[in-house]
Amino acid sequence: MDSRAKVDALIAKHGYDEAAVIAILQDIQEEKRYVPADMLRHLAERLHLSLARLYGIATFYKAFSLKPKGRHVCCVCTGTACHVKGAPTLIDKLEQDLKIRPGSTTPDLRFTLETVNCVGACALAPLVVVDEDHLAKMTVAKLEKGLRSYR
Amino acid sequence: MAYRTHVMACTGTGCVASGSFEVSRALEQEIAKAGLSSEVQVVRTGCQGFCAEGPIVVVQPDGVFYCGVKVKDAPLIAQEHLLKGRPVKRLMYTPPKEKAPVPALRDIPFFAKQQLLVLRNRGLIDPERIEDYVAVGGYTALAKALTEMTPAQIIEEIKRSGLRGRGGGGFPAGVKWETCAHAAKERGEEPVVICNADEGDPGAFMDRSIIECDPHAVIEGMIIGARAVGCREGFIYIRHEYPIARERLEKALAQCREYGLLGRNILGTDMRFDIRIVQGAGAFVCGESTALMASLEGKVGEPRAKYIHTVEYGYKNRPSNLNNVETWANVPLIVNRGAKWFGSMGTGDVSENPWNGSSGTKVFSLVGKINNTGLVEVPMGLTLREIIFDIGGGIPKGRRFKAVQTGGPSGGCLPDSLLDMPVDFDELTKVGSMMGSGGMIVMDDANCMVDVARHFIKFLQEESCGKCVPCREGLRQMGNILNRICAGEGQEGDIQLLEELADTVVNISLCALGGSAPNPVLSTIKYFRPEYEAHIKDHKCPGGQCKNLVTFWIDPAKCNGCLRCKKDCPQDCIRGELKQPHSIDLVACIKCGSCEDVCNQDAVVVR
Amino acid sequence: MPKLTIQDLQRMREQAKQTMNLRSQNARAKVTVHMGTCGISSGAREVMAALLAEIEGSGTTDVMVTTAGCAGLCSREPMATVELLGEAPVKYVDLTPAKMRKLFHLHVLGKKVVVEYALAVGSETTA
Repeated sequence: MDSRAKVDALIAKHGYDEAAVIAILQDIQEEKRYVPADMLRHLAERLHLSLARLYGIATFYKAFSLKPKGRHVCCVCTGTACHVKGAPTLIDKLEQDLKIRPGSTTPDLRFTLETVNCVGACALAPLVVVDEDHLAKMTVAKLEKGLRSYR
Repeated sequence: MAYRTHVMACTGTGCVASGSFEVSRALEQEIAKAGLSSEVQVVRTGCQGFCAEGPIVVVQPDGVFYCGVKVKDAPLIAQEHLLKGRPVKRLMYTPPKEKAPVPALRDIPFFAKQQLLVLRNRGLIDPERIEDYVAVGGYTALAKALTEMTPAQIIEEIKRSGLRGRGGGGFPAGVKWETCAHAAKERGEEPVVICNADEGDPGAFMDRSIIECDPHAVIEGMIIGARAVGCREGFIYIRHEYPIARERLEKALAQCREYGLLGRNILGTDMRFDIRIVQGAGAFVCGESTALMASLEGKVGEPRAKYIHTVEYGYKNRPSNLNNVETWANVPLIVNRGAKWFGSMGTGDVSENPWNGSSGTKVFSLVGKINNTGLVEVPMGLTLREIIFDIGGGIPKGRRFKAVQTGGPSGGCLPDSLLDMPVDFDELTKVGSMMGSGGMIVMDDANCMVDVARHFIKFLQEESCGKCVPCREGLRQMGNILNRICAGEGQEGDIQLLEELADTVVNISLCALGGSAPNPVLSTIKYFRPEYEAHIKDHKCPGGQCKNLVTFWIDPAKCNGCLRCKKDCPQDCIRGELKQPHSIDLVACIKCGSCEDVCNQDAVVVR
Repeated sequence: MPKLTIQDLQRMREQAKQTMNLRSQNARAKVTVHMGTCGISSGAREVMAALLAEIEGSGTTDVMVTTAGCAGLCSREPMATVELLGEAPVKYVDLTPAKMRKLFHLHVLGKKVVVEYALAVGSETTA
């Protein structure tokens, strides 16, 4: 399915309604791992909303990205419980190893480094979530080993 | 009516399996026969944790403990013990000589001090089966609300129970419902009910857990709320970081539709109502009610001015009855068991005015530097000390308690001098913090309070929607000042400057996020000022967290040369041979603390 | 499924109670694995898989397996509750697939509480 047809299908699924914008963008993000510009443009045309309006939404909510994300999203929880148990050191270590800052992707598209404000698993702090896996009670030493299996 | 004696018949699963229902009925009959019905009451209790010897019957206040009671023993107990006051020796329990190898749950402080209302079904029912929820009495409150109560009566009951919003604000739920119903009638506009499950406070996960263990309780609460305000449409706004909770809610809603608990003609009445799940997209500010409603409408989640109340003009300008997950989950209990029962728990007398106290229980997530991390539900008014030390089991590794942070990012940090304070909505506000959604993050002497304040300001700065200047720019400036203090570049007057900025942000921000954002800074300055001064004047970080102000050093007198830290060092900057004291190359050290983590000789010193 | 009326609800409640009861299901035991986010993150799914494999491997047919939400004590997850017919439920903590296999043979089949892994006996009391 080309990207325009995909957008049309999503509009049919979620309803021809401005309130469905966020749900549609979520589906696009999930499938493509980002929101491509042409899809955003087509969605704006179809729903008769300004592109600026959709751009605003796509950049306001953290779940959306306008650039392709890496194959694996490595997300460090920086909730308070994780913070007091050493999350900042984990981020330092990841920045050093991956040579990128949180919010960006390695040039080989292997990893995207992100932070999240709390995943609600505070008993296992500090926590790093890679894709769907929760790496619990992380330390700098365990981190290197933990990331090796994600190619 | 007061009874002189209570006969507590255990009706936990184990005792029921060995016939305790029959026994309790027989006891009631025999008590009636002996003419004691007005003096002795039979109470069916939950599991007493002694099922192997069941059925268990305890006579109070005598404290006599009978076990293995059979139906044929009932006349004996009634005649001998209850009438003549002679306990039946044969049936009394004789404890074994040695200690039980596995303790009873109620003897473990973590469980003993908890009182489960909202979490009543945790660990008991399968959240994905509506049959399980119905088996433990689910949807009976809805049946009662539909057939025995008018909408006005439901609202009155919630009002008199004193239930206050568990999402943080503590606004009386009944008053909110009443205003919503009133606005709807006045304007002839159909209202909506909304469940706020956008639990964004870091360190708080009670709403996630309530949904994961008992989704139907939340849904039942919402249907009752819909009946009270008279509406057909409901939303649950849930954050996307909670996939399991969302999946369980979806299943639960599908079951409700299948059984006719949602849709047209609910439970055979003319009520019509349905609920839709809307998933958030990663914006903390959407937990704020006006921002949440903007997001529901498919807009950017920006809050709007406070003088327009969402309860009157909310989602699509319709009157909106929004409560959070925990508040909704309380509703079926209040309808079933009455306002008086609910109001008897907690602090203050709320029967006349819900602002007079905090009734019921509160669920807290107990996390950070604490032994028993987890989710606890306690009556309002327990002290911080009881929660942290009795239930939480105190601070690990023999360290000292320094502070507990309550109320989420815009709450405050409370020192040990306040440990004996009772925890309820008003007491927490009085000392410069707040209830928030119920996160309690415990910190020990290895945490730096300036760093913690910086952490929260950074969080709020990122999450500020950017609409109004004091919040957007004020927090940025506060963040800059805290950054330089933590970097050892703090200047004389920085504390005062922080206080001035905080005052501005509090007073002229549009929404509650900005209005409470400076709390972490103000409360840490209030209770931990010497720590700020140590950073600014002495360039020292007493907690050893601010990397620019500390160095790692191995005490040669303590180091036994085990090589453990050397092996784990990510920088390979520890030198030393087996059984020789090690040393750290301070130039290459990134101060990650992994050597301190692995050392079992306490030889790594941070100073 | 026909839509429920209030009378149906009461009937359904009685029936549903039976399905949760060991005796009426002719089961010797019920094992509840606590599957909240924290349980799953610390390995509850693996523990559940190990349990199901053991049940199948041993050819046992009279053990009820169910899931429930978080048991509250997140720092000791994964947790499971084992309840034998007519006996108090026992809560186990810090489980692994290996521990679950041992537990299944010793407690569920052998009726002996595995003291090393057990936290406590009994259920939480609700108000």
